[in-house]
Formats: sequence, structure tokens, C-alpha cells
Amino acid sequence: MARVPLQFTINGKEAAEFVESGALLVDVLRDKLALTAAKVGCGQGTCGACTVLIDGELQLSCLMPAQRAEGRSVTTLEGLADGNELHPLQSAFAEGFAVQCGFCAPGMIMAAKWLLDSNPNPTRAEVVDAISGNICRCTGYESIIDAILSAAADMRGRKTA
Amino acid sequence: MTLEIVRVDSPREAAELLSADMGARFLGGGTIVVRNHSYGDVGIRRLVLSDGLGLDNIRVEGGRAEIGAGATMAKIAAYPTLAALAPVVREIGGPAVRAMATVGGNLFASSPYGDLAVALLALDAEVAVVGQRDDETVALERFLLARWRYTTSIVKSVSFVLPPEGGLRFVKVMRRHPHGASVLSIAALLPLSDGRVKGARVAYGAMAPTAIKAKAVEQVLEGAQLDDATIAKAAAVAEEGTAPASDSFASDWYRRAVLPVHLVRLLKG
Repeated sequence: MARVPLQFTINGKEAAEFVESGALLVDVLRDKLALTAAKVGCGQGTCGACTVLIDGELQLSCLMPAQRAEGRSVTTLEGLADGNELHPLQSAFAEGFAVQCGFCAPGMIMAAKWLLDSNPNPTRAEVVDAISGNICRCTGYESIIDAILSAAADMRGRKTA
Repeated sequence: MTLEIVRVDSPREAAELLSADMGARFLGGGTIVVRNHSYGDVGIRRLVLSDGLGLDNIRVEGGRAEIGAGATMAKIAAYPTLAALAPVVREIGGPAVRAMATVGGNLFASSPYGDLAVALLALDAEVAVVGQRDDETVALERFLLARWRYTTSIVKSVSFVLPPEGGLRFVKVMRRHPHGASVLSIAALLPLSDGRVKGARVAYGAMAPTAIKAKAVEQVLEGAQLDDATIAKAAAVAEEGTAPASDSFASDWYRRAVLPVHLVRLLKG
């Protein structure tokens, strides 16, 4: 199979790999870089389990050929924690029982991060809109929405402290 | 299966590649083409990237908007002078889909997708197309009726006269909220002159394989006062020209049954 070179930034670090031409970004993340937070759920952009940030924009890594990430900055869930200190969103999800099977959580948290990066004080409706492309079959969503609002309040508190 | 990724320098070069290779597809946001490949379309062997071709520009000037085919739903939603389209594009997918899905892709989306095309049809949009040899500007209605003709061409942009504020009416009927796929969608532009509708434009989504004009409804509305009697007449002919499909979102029967209800609500404002 034809292999092509790929260079991009992943979670703040430079990465250089040879990948199969046309390989999807989610497969490169999982199989080449062992970053398994982004999941292959539906493979058609419906479930949001593969959601990552690319140059700060929310993107579906199952619909993106990895070569499109050339020279860009990709952030996955693994890039959120600071060493052993969880990101406030991760803490809020754990403390608020917003994770059950966990399959959707990485995509949910990336969607939430995208929202809070531009809107630190969202309404409940804005949170619902932000995660509307992410499907959860366990929680019924309410605990996820509560966790995101809780993390937002926590992050605002840290800024003013 | 290995996919060859090809970068080109111009839409013309992309059109030449598509014309020469039946296995080549033009890659906009990826929400249609990559999905089709992942779901087993083995005919796709090569993806021609739209990146770097300047197809995502938006220009609003002199009351007319020109939106590059590579502009995403998110870009349109955030564009201040395209506020008329914001309620339409905000109903399409979640934020990630909106950040990837493009105007050009929307014109090729299969029913029940392609809600933006419904609004563009009601706005009498024109489509600028770059072919292997020639450029062409074609009415969106004609484009949609013969989409197969343009599968080896590159959609460069869509353009339309901006509607007056609040002039474009739009409804998307969904079973999953927010941002589910359409049971149906309706867009209408109903300019009034001396209390009567002049230049009625009504379009449906998910009521046929592509977005379609509701010609019978337009004929009823044209020149009439937008009162209860006119709206009742429009509802009576709402179904004419439709050919909805049954899918996991709604049956064809259900789509036909609820179409007049939502049309009446839209017309009553």
C-alpha cells in the first residue's frame, strides 16, 4: 500500500509518521499514535465519538483523511489533562456521574471544551446545542449537561480566584 | 482500501481529473464522500482536495451574496450579513458537522439531507460551475434537476439576491431535537406589494429526491392576499409534484400527511 509522510501537532507535540494514503485521522490517532480516546462509533459523522479539535475547530476525525491534518494542530482528550491533574471538564464528568459506558465521553468532552473555549458562561440550551452532534445511549444526557455547566462554573471561579 | 489523495491548483484542474477518472471524487468537507467510502463505495479510489483553492470565500455586495462552495455551515452562521440564512444552517447537524459540511456538498446531498439547498432554491439562487473546458452559471432549480450532469464539474459558488430582513421563512420538521434529519423542510419567500404576494417562492426538502419548488403553491399565492382563504387553497395543493421517500425518519405517507399542516403554519407566520 502507498504510504505518505504526515507531520502535524498532536496535543502540543510534533508528530511525524508515514501513513497509508487516504487513512482516516481517527485510525492514525488510534493505531499509529496509540491515542485511543477518539472512538470509531458510526463512521458516518452521526455519533460524534471521534470528535477532536483541529486548530480550535470541532471536527469529526472519522470523516477526515489524515493528510488533511498536515501542518495543523490536533487536540484529543488525551491533551486536556495537565500531568496527573484532570481538566475541570474531566473532573466534572467523573464527579457528576456523567460517564457510564464511557464510549461517548471523549467526544462529549471535546465538544464541551470547544463550547467553553469561546463561551465560558453558556446557558443550558447552548450546552445542548454544543453536544447535539454527540450521541449517548447510557446517561440520558442530563448528567452530562449538568457536568458541563458545573465545569464552566468551576473554570470561571478559577479565573476570578 | 487505499485512497489516493490529490492536491490541485485550480478548480479547472480538479474538473479535468474528475472527467478523466471515474474513481475520483472532489472532497469538500467529507461528510458525504468520506462517509460513502467508509460505507463501502468501492468505486471511490481517489480524492481530489478542495483545500487551498479559495472556494470558501463569501462576498456580500450591492444586495447580492456570493458564497463559495467550500464555505462551511459554521462560516455562514457566523457571517453577519448572511443573517437570513443563519436559522437554516444552525439546524444542520451538530457543531462538528457544521464546521465541516460545505455549501457545495449540500447541493449534492441526498434526501432527507440538504436543507440549505431548500432555502437557496426559495431564494432563486444561481450556481457557478467550472467544467473540464467551460464555466457555466445555472439556476439552482435546473442544477438540482440534472445533478448527474455536474458530477465531473466543480461547483464554485452560489449567489442570490439577499432577502429583506425576516423575508425568508424556513421550517425544518424533525423527530430528533435539536438538529435531527428532516422529516421535511419548507422555505418561502413571499414579498408583498400593495397587500398582495408578488414573486412567491416556496421550496420543499425531503419531499422528493432533491429539494424542489412547490410550483402549485406558488401559483396559488402569486397575486393573492396572504389570508386564511388563500392559505387554505395553498394547503389543498401542497402535495402536488412531491415524491417523498420512506426512510428511518418518516414514511412517505407521513411526510405527505404533515406537509400541509406545516405549510399552513409557515404561511401564517
